[in-house]
Amino acid sequence: MNATSLPGWARIAAPVAVGVAGLLAWYAFVASGSAPRMLPDPFAVATELVERFPLVWEAAGITGANALVGLLAGTVIAVLLAALAATWRPVDGMTAPLVAALAVVPIVALTPILNTMFGASSQFGRQAVAGIAAFVPVFVNTLRGLRQTRPVQRDLFRATAATGGQTFLRLTLPTALPYLLSGVRVAASLAVISALVAEYFGGPADGIGTAIATYAKSGRAALAWAFVGGGIAIGLLFFLLTALLERIVARRLGALRP
Amino acid sequence: MTISSDLAVRASGIGKVFPSAGGEVTALTGVELEVAAGEFVSLIGPSGCGKSTLLRLIADLDSATSGDLTLYGKTARRARLDQDYGIAFQQAALLPWLTVAANIALPLDLHRWPKARRDARGAELAELVGLTDFTGRYPDQLSGGMQQRVAIARSLAAQPKLLLMDEPFGALDEMTRERLQSELARIAAETGAAVVFVTHSIPEAVFLSDRVVVMSPRPGRITDVIDTRPGRPRDEALRESPEFFARVTAVREALHGAPVLRANER
Repeated sequence: MNATSLPGWARIAAPVAVGVAGLLAWYAFVASGSAPRMLPDPFAVATELVERFPLVWEAAGITGANALVGLLAGTVIAVLLAALAATWRPVDGMTAPLVAALAVVPIVALTPILNTMFGASSQFGRQAVAGIAAFVPVFVNTLRGLRQTRPVQRDLFRATAATGGQTFLRLTLPTALPYLLSGVRVAASLAVISALVAEYFGGPADGIGTAIATYAKSGRAALAWAFVGGGIAIGLLFFLLTALLERIVARRLGALRP
Repeated sequence: MTISSDLAVRASGIGKVFPSAGGEVTALTGVELEVAAGEFVSLIGPSGCGKSTLLRLIADLDSATSGDLTLYGKTARRARLDQDYGIAFQQAALLPWLTVAANIALPLDLHRWPKARRDARGAELAELVGLTDFTGRYPDQLSGGMQQRVAIARSLAAQPKLLLMDEPFGALDEMTRERLQSELARIAAETGAAVVFVTHSIPEAVFLSDRVVVMSPRPGRITDVIDTRPGRPRDEALRESPEFFARVTAVREALHGAPVLRANER
């Protein structure tokens, strides 16, 4: 498949080398004096990150928790609705335009409204934004997955006198699971981004997004960047965990053994 | 004439019409068929003759538009719910996330057999189809022939009195096919189950069957029934016997509208 597959060491060394080169270029750019004031050199950012680590950690915990709550709630609702839509055509007809609408609504546009609606002391608005963002990819993928059973498999279950519930749990759901988890992987990144961006539009004065906005406005560039690093860490964590889950389940279901 | 509850399958006046875009399509008309308990009957015919449709009606995967169909005196639906038949398709239709053992025992699992009984029966079936050493494998680690053996073992799981098979060897190479035919002949004899077997291979039908039902398309119907019961065991020697060839010829002629003329007159 890969025309030029790299040796094992190079597969790790190559991206590391690119990263180091990038950092050096960044450093050189700042040292040359032509960089904007809001771009400090990477060592300044790293120093702030180490010195203010408890602050970044706490903020990341809040944003991460909001994203997680949103991701879980969005996923549960999406899976339930997709199951209904796959079972009863009328439900599919009712939800399809709704989901299409939800998919095109710029979720960020809802954020100020939701934040105001649930008050300045509540994280709920942010969690709701993350949940709506997570809902769409999970719903779309799960619904597609629930339709992947082959006619001969359905015939087999019918001929074996399986109940509707048994067919769903033993055939339809396992078949859909890899699709569902692909949806969750996409939704995980969206939930983190949405939870973070939602903080720019009000709500409690905590979280990564709030900190970035605050420090950027007050000119503490290195600290703002340190919080950006925290945001990247949450996103990466969510992505890696969901990708890992997807792989484990795919292997378990035999999907990775073609 | 035996009473109907002794018959594995009793179909009379069966018709099946499918609605379609260009009007109705008659898939089957006036089908009369009786399969005795323990009898092996093949349905053979060209594509579109309704042989698979007839099998699906017997399995209650579709319902007949007209006529009367009973399995051991019950309606097809009742027989399906009571699991009076086992079924195997051209595709093995194994669940890729289950081991061979779990695939074989799937019907028992769905019928909530206790695990110990299920495992015992599963081991017995694996032995019957020669897969004892492979029970821990997954379907995609097996050859096509082995997958089909799993499907056959699965169809036998609940000890059905009737086995329905829709071209189960259709996707296999000739060598594997003959080996599985011999095994199926042995299994059918050992279990004493009646078999309704759909195929489009004449030698396969003749080798396995007590009777071969010849069907014809447009509209799908039965045109002939040929007795192919061999007066000897179904072993490799049977395949090369003059008696076997004579019956193959008889089925051929029935299929092509006897007697067989030159190929270009088909």
